[in-house]
Parts: sequence; structure tokens; C-alpha cells
Amino acid sequence: MKIKNILITFVSAIALLFSTSVVSFAKVVGDKIILGAAISLTGKYSSNGVHTQNGYNMAVDRINSMGGVKVGGKTYKFDIIYYDDESNPKRAAQLAERLISQDKVEFMLGPYSSGLTKAIAPVTEKYGVPMVEANGASRSLFTKGYKYLFAVLAPANLYLDVAIRTAVELNGGKGVRIAQAFEQDAFSQDVRLGILDAAKETGSEIIIDDKLPKELNDMAATLVKVKQMKPDVLVVSGHTKGALTAIRQISEMKVDVPMLAMTHCDAAKLSKQHGKNSQYALCASQWHKTLTYKDDFFKDGMTYAADFEKEFGYDPPYQSAESSAALLVFKDAFERANTFDQKKVRDALAATNMQTFYGNIKFAPGGQNVDKPMVLFQVMCDDAGKCENKVVAPLKWASAELIHPVPKWSER
Amino acid sequence: MDFLVFQYPMITIQACLDGLLLGILFALIAYGMALQWGVMNIINIAQGDLVILGGYIAYFMYLYGIHPAWGVIVSPIIMYFVGIAIYKLVINKVVDRDLFISILATFGISILFMQLMNFAFGADVVLANSGYGTTMLFDNNVVLPNSKIFSAFISIVFAICLVVYMKRSKLGRAIRATAQNARAAKILGVNTEKVYAATFGINAALCGVAGALISITFTIHPYMGLPYTIRSFMIVIVAGLGNLPGVAMSGMGLGIFEEFADYILGTEFRIGSVFLLLVLILVYRRFKLSRKREYLK
Repeated sequence: MKIKNILITFVSAIALLFSTSVVSFAKVVGDKIILGAAISLTGKYSSNGVHTQNGYNMAVDRINSMGGVKVGGKTYKFDIIYYDDESNPKRAAQLAERLISQDKVEFMLGPYSSGLTKAIAPVTEKYGVPMVEANGASRSLFTKGYKYLFAVLAPANLYLDVAIRTAVELNGGKGVRIAQAFEQDAFSQDVRLGILDAAKETGSEIIIDDKLPKELNDMAATLVKVKQMKPDVLVVSGHTKGALTAIRQISEMKVDVPMLAMTHCDAAKLSKQHGKNSQYALCASQWHKTLTYKDDFFKDGMTYAADFEKEFGYDPPYQSAESSAALLVFKDAFERANTFDQKKVRDALAATNMQTFYGNIKFAPGGQNVDKPMVLFQVMCDDAGKCENKVVAPLKWASAELIHPVPKWSER
Repeated sequence: MDFLVFQYPMITIQACLDGLLLGILFALIAYGMALQWGVMNIINIAQGDLVILGGYIAYFMYLYGIHPAWGVIVSPIIMYFVGIAIYKLVINKVVDRDLFISILATFGISILFMQLMNFAFGADVVLANSGYGTTMLFDNNVVLPNSKIFSAFISIVFAICLVVYMKRSKLGRAIRATAQNARAAKILGVNTEKVYAATFGINAALCGVAGALISITFTIHPYMGLPYTIRSFMIVIVAGLGNLPGVAMSGMGLGIFEEFADYILGTEFRIGSVFLLLVLILVYRRFKLSRKREYLK
């Protein structure tokens, strides 16, 4: 009897606890729209995680200070609940569950990296929570038929597509010989698929196709092959490690190749870490501050970059810019939906067609942004050894002319 | 499968030289592991993380405008004291226990170090530029970065110094005595506690040298330590504990093996092939070494 009493007290206490805690967070509290985000604040993605968070925070402050979000005749302000996913996909998925079922968040922002976005997307999809993400570019995110996932960035397979097409164009429309080395992760392999497509369409030939393991910091063997087989284009993608290793070894081994195309140059601070050795490298980027897109909140890329630097003390990498853009998309969608109903917000998101300082945003049925091309910049250095990234393609935004072919090491 | 490496003799030479230079560096790390395994019967899983920490020391010197090559002097000095500190805090509590306990303890240290380095230095991949240039051989067909040659040279110098030190100095003799029979050494007046601390410190210092060289030759990152642990473990397993020439030979062998695996199977199997070789050798040796304490010659 006594045990039964204790048990009943215990159960009712727990029930009481739940009933009070549930209402402490909700999608909209007072005049606040609460968004949830799992971000890598520790672990191997922590530097890009912080760039992402800074981008989100910058946009939240800006939108709130410029009048907030107007829904149903009332003004709301953004607020974000952050959790640290420790750069771990499993943890990210758990946190997404927690944000949705415990904190009752009804709208989510994406994490950093394709891998983590892949872990979270099934969760947000299950609960019908619209998620605008800014840092998961892997093509496989957009082929699964997710209805609640929207990415402001161009998919990974388009990253270096421009480079191959430019090389073919410079070759008089004839196919080129491509050597490529890609890390074995979702993102880089998608970049590789993009190159394969571009090669097929342009009649180009792939003569070296190496895969780099994650722990690798030595790609000398690939480069020796490149030296022997003399391709027209060398493509390398392996996050920051790949970019740094490639430039170090290409310069040390004096590998001459007419075009070198890479990803993650700005995240790797290539021109700072390698100086003149990184000169002439072509880099795929989602955004560059000199692009001329405009919006009402950040004005344009240059203003964004200046404001960002004032607030956080460094030049914004594209990871921050695209994260800021995600908030602009949410604001726009809320105002057009004029309600906080998840389905209606989702439909409003799907119908997005806007310009931000980061680029045009319009979502394909798969959720990827189809209205914003990738840009290519080239590292260019002056005689004093000061290097700058200058946009060279597409021509519409080019601030400098592409230097092609890359001068030989013996002539530098 | 790609047999390009055998079709062009120049590539074969390149692969051999690359592997050799790399292998000498591995052998230095492995020698530290063999030393402490032999003396203290501890397999240090944190070996690679000590290497990376040593690399960060050279990197920070580079950031402050000092040439990173000086890291091979500064880094071992700092790392020696880091090693002593680790010994006093953790290792001295597990040194006489089961091998399994020490593996767990050093595994814990490894995780702690990774997270601390990530916390302190950030998750960015970094490197230190030596500006050493390149040596071209055979009509520019074989290229050797001078930084790799420098690394191999410094590794050899440190290895020789260590061998001489172990043979000549009082502490070196005490270390060897402890390795042969800790109890007998104790009875004869050797302060084994001190010897253990010094051994751990020397191992950490060797890792410091190797780390500084790696920051000059390759890249460093808080989570990049494990491959170095695995490689040195594998070198020691092949060579045996008391066998310094063996460690050098198996280090170079592993370097060349890795290069050839890279050319033939593709870069994606480079580190995988090391793991595979490790498994094969472990099976071959039937864990002979796992519980046996060998003495250091």
C-alpha cells in the first residue's frame, strides 16, 4: 500500500514537472520567434561552426534592429536557441530531436557541413519542421524528396563545374585532359560527380582520378603522376586540409599545370598561410564580397563585409554570408505566409524568389537554390607578396582577368 | 590498380626516396614508443597527439616570426616537461599495472589532448613554411622538397644523439638497467621512479622534434595524431622492442611500403594499407610481444 502511494506521488510529480516545463519554450513567445540550431562550436568543424553562428547572429541583430518581422499586423523579433553538436552527426540528430520535442521549436536553421545537415534533415522532415540551411551543399540532400529542407547555397556538384567549362572555352571549345584528387567524404565526392558530368558534356578526358583519405596530409604520389602525365587542369577538393596540402606540395615539387582549381581556399586562408605560392590558384566560392547583389538589410557585399569585420574582427568567409542570408529568407517567408502555421510557412519558403546581398534565392523542388551561380576567384599577388582573391568567372562579376595558363615555376 | 610506378623508372626512384625520407621521420617517433614500451611496458596511444602538440609549438614560433626550424630545439625542451607532467599526473599510477590499464589511460590522455588542442588552437589546419626550396635530381625528373630532406637529417641526428646518450650517460645506463630488470635495478640503487619519469620525458621530447618536422613538411590539425600512433605502433611491432636498427629499418620499410601502396592501389588505400599490414603482422606474430617485456640493448 505504502509503495503504491509513493509511486502515485512520484508519477504525478513527474507529470506536473512535464506540464510546466513544456510551455516554457514555444515557437513564438510574446514577440519572439524562436528558431533552433545545432552548431559545431567544438570539435573538428568548430571554426566553420563559429563562422556560421556569427552569420546567424549578425542577421538576427540586423533584422531585429530594423523593425523585426511583421506577421498578422504584429512585429516579432528573432531569437535562436543554439546547441553545440560537437561536430558529431549523431549528436546533431539528437539535438534536433531535443529542439523539436522538448524545446518545442517549430522552425530550424541548419548546422555546419553536409554531413551534419544529412543527419538532421530526416528529423526535421519527420516532424514537419521547416529548416533553412546554409552550409550543406551535398547533392544527396536534394535528391531524397525532402519537403521541409531549403538550402540557400548552390549544390556541391556545381562548385567546380565553371572551372572545367572555362578551361574548355580557353582550349577553343575542345575537351581538356583533367587530373583530379578528391577527399572521400560526401561533399568532395559530390564535387567530383559534378566534374564527371562537366567532363562528359564537354568531351573532356579524366586521366587521373585519385581519392584522398580523410587523415591524409601527403599527396605527393598524385602530384608525381600529374608531373608525368601533364594534364590541362588539376582539380583538388579536400576541405581546408586538401587545399593547404596541395599548395604546399605543388610549390615544393614544382608541379606545372596550366590550371589549378580547388575548393575551400578562403576557409583555409590560403593566401595568408602560403603567400605567393598560392598565386594563380582558382577557387570555387559561394559568395564573394565584390558581387553586386543588393538587399535592404545589409545593402551589398562590401557593406556586409565591413559591418561584419567591425563586429567580429575578421573578413567574413562565405560560410558567414550564406548563414546571414538564411535569416533573410525566413523573414521573407514569414511575412508572405502571414502566419506561423508550419505548412503555410513551408509553402511560402518554397515560393521564395528574392535577392539578398548574398545572391538571388529561388528554391528547386528538391530544396537547393537554383538562382545563384558559383563564382570562381583567382589568388593574385603583387610584387610585395600581398595576395588577394579576385573574381574571374562568371564574366558578369569578374573584377580581374583570368590568368591562363599559369606561368611555369621556373619562370616565376 | 595502377602500375605506372613500375613503367617509369623515375617514378620508382621518386617513390623510394619519398618513402625513405618519410620512413626516417616515422622511425624517430617509433623509437620513442619502443623506448617507453621497453622500459615501462606502456603502449602510449597518445604518442601521435604528443607529436601534433610538438608541431603546434613550432607553428607558434613561426607565427611569431621565428623560423620554424628552431622548433626542433625548442619543441623537445617544452615537450620534455609536458612528458614529465603527464608521467607525474597519470602514468606513475598505472606503470606497474596491467598493460590494458595503461592503454586505457593513454587513450584517455589522447582524447583529452585532442580536445584541449582543438580548444586552445582551433580546428583549422595549419602549417609552418620553412622556405627551404626544392632539390631536383635526374634532369628535374625526381623532385625532393628540401624540407623533407631536412626532416630526415634532423631525425637521424637526434636518433644518433639518443643512442650515444643511452650508452654513455649515467641516466642512459640507469634506463637500460631498469628496462632489463626493474626490480634488480631498484635493489642496486637505481631510482626507478626517476628513470620512468625521464623515459616518458625523453619520449615526449622525441615526439616534439618529430612534430616540429611535420609542421614544416606536412600539415597539422588537432585530430591528426592517430595515424602517427598507428604507424609507430606498427614499426615497433615489426622491429621488436630492444632493436634500434630494427626500428630504423622497419620505419624506412613502412615509408616505402606506403608510397608504393599509394601508387599501386591509389591514395585512398594509403593509410588503409598500413592498417592491413599491421593486422597481418600481428596475426603473424601471434601477439608474442603483447605480454612480454623485452630489454633494451
